[in-house]
Amino acid sequence: MPATRRFETTVTLPSDREILITREFDAPRDVVFRAMTDPALIPRWWGPRKYETIVDHMDVRPGGTWRFLNRESDGTEYAFRGEYREIVPPERIVQTFEFEPLAGHISIETATFTERDGRTLLTNHTLFASKEDRDGMIESGMESGLRETHDRFAELLAALAETKR
Amino acid sequence: MQATFSALAEPNRLQIVQLLRRKPLPVGEIAARLDLRQPQVSKHLRVLSDAGLVEVRPVAQQRIYGLRAQPLKELDAWLEQFRRSWDDRFDRFDAVLRAQKETGEKRNARNT
Repeated sequence: MPATRRFETTVTLPSDREILITREFDAPRDVVFRAMTDPALIPRWWGPRKYETIVDHMDVRPGGTWRFLNRESDGTEYAFRGEYREIVPPERIVQTFEFEPLAGHISIETATFTERDGRTLLTNHTLFASKEDRDGMIESGMESGLRETHDRFAELLAALAETKR
Repeated sequence: MQATFSALAEPNRLQIVQLLRRKPLPVGEIAARLDLRQPQVSKHLRVLSDAGLVEVRPVAQQRIYGLRAQPLKELDAWLEQFRRSWDDRFDRFDAVLRAQKETGEKRNARNT
């Protein structure tokens, strides 16, 4: 079986209302794009590992909508939904994102796929309506307890500084 | 956390923090290096100090401003948690890609 290289995910905060996530994948971008937009594959990677992900519907075309559920072990479900604004295979997806319990707090996600030497760089940019929405999203991604971390302060400052220019 | 972010959101304060990463400095030196007026720098240092980002130490006749590590570590840890949850999600996506690759290879093998 051919080994697949694993790359590091980076997260930076270009401004008060943005999150920028990047990650490289060891596959050409048409493969990455297809896998990421395949409803049958979503339950295998989308959302936190501790929840089951169910695709309620996913209509990948401009103006189409999507709705996914995260189900906890006790049966509690949370729904996420959005609308596809741009679908440009295999380059770009622009979609809205909304957590149903916080309906109205809509963010805009732009995923860009860049291929180099058969590998794909995914750049996932999210623009929130407010800084509070952005910070809330980061906090929702947290799991229990703060873990020991490395000093990524320099990177973070660099990212903060970039946007102030 | 909110205090740290608000304090760093101002470009001059961010510059001050970046400058102090190298070494602690007196207010006059900070003003000179960043080409700012001293009263302006003092005001920024007060905000940074209220947010717990800098601390002042008297050395001889001077007051030397330096960074406090704690809030920066908290900020870092806050973001690191979020990064890890995405890293985990993408690790699973890697597995999906690997499976797709294998299925594709089997299909090709059958067709040749």
